[in-house]
Amino acid sequence: MIAVDFLLLLLLVIIAVAAISAKDILTSIMLLGSYSLVIAMEWVLLNAVDVAFTEAAVGAGISTILMIAVLTRVPRFEKEPKEQKHFFNLFNHSELLALATVVITGALLISGTWDMPAFGDPNSPANSYLSPEYIERSYPQTGSHNIVTAVLASYRGYDTLGETTVVFTAAICLILLIRSYKKNER
Amino acid sequence: MKDDVILRTITKFMLPFIQIFAFYTLAHGEISPGGGFQAGVIFGASFILIALVFGKNSARSKMPRNINDILLSTGDFIYAFTGLFCIFAGGLFLEYGKLPFHSAKEGNHIGMIIIELGVAITVAAVMMTIFFEIAGKEDD
Repeated sequence: MIAVDFLLLLLLVIIAVAAISAKDILTSIMLLGSYSLVIAMEWVLLNAVDVAFTEAAVGAGISTILMIAVLTRVPRFEKEPKEQKHFFNLFNHSELLALATVVITGALLISGTWDMPAFGDPNSPANSYLSPEYIERSYPQTGSHNIVTAVLASYRGYDTLGETTVVFTAAICLILLIRSYKKNER
Repeated sequence: MKDDVILRTITKFMLPFIQIFAFYTLAHGEISPGGGFQAGVIFGASFILIALVFGKNSARSKMPRNINDILLSTGDFIYAFTGLFCIFAGGLFLEYGKLPFHSAKEGNHIGMIIIELGVAITVAAVMMTIFFEIAGKEDD
């Protein structure tokens, strides 16, 4: 099991590096799609099938297609840097700043994981109070066998309504912005 | 991609299965993984597939723009109205047990399916809207 985890994570790093270094943006988009698919496999290994389903449908499917749709409006290839960079001048100031930000944020996130309980620890707070409550009560209270659906549609129904409204608002904004832009173009 | 015979045939063959799978995901969301959001995404993707293989105009003729716009708000309306209906039936906002069915259990069951349907309709329409508005050329 650990071997499979390690392999998937290694694959993720390889795909991420390849996606960054690809000059053709279409290649980058395809690689990001496969990145989502590998993440979905990781979710399945962690027994989060609902999340895996969403990741496979949205991350690997729709968002890849939408990015390709954007590609019909922007140039496909990255601009080549004009001057040949010397090794010592590989990073300019803004790139160094970005690198430092990423490293510091990553270090903070990793140091945050040290306080977390071990994965699947039955004595962790989440597993000793919250999860048993939901597992015991979700079927009698909501009549749904799938606890994720029970939480999404019943316990947190108001949140899901807000979520749907957010998606709806995104589409409305897009219609207002792009459709009127297209009309003015003609 | 309009001239690719293999792509066209396979797409025509697969489309009903993709759409039925979307409805299965919606209806089976209470028992197995899945639910309104995933169902909407899959259903929207089936129309995007039509647009990719047969061209944008062909997909637009199957899902006209004004119907798409109406569907956008219909889903959210169904969701919010179900919540309001629960208030009229004597419960709290989105308390499905108070819906006028035989028992609270059945009310819960049907209420959840109705709001999942609302989510699915909105999400499917949103996905189609985003694709059709963003994709630049009329045929690609």
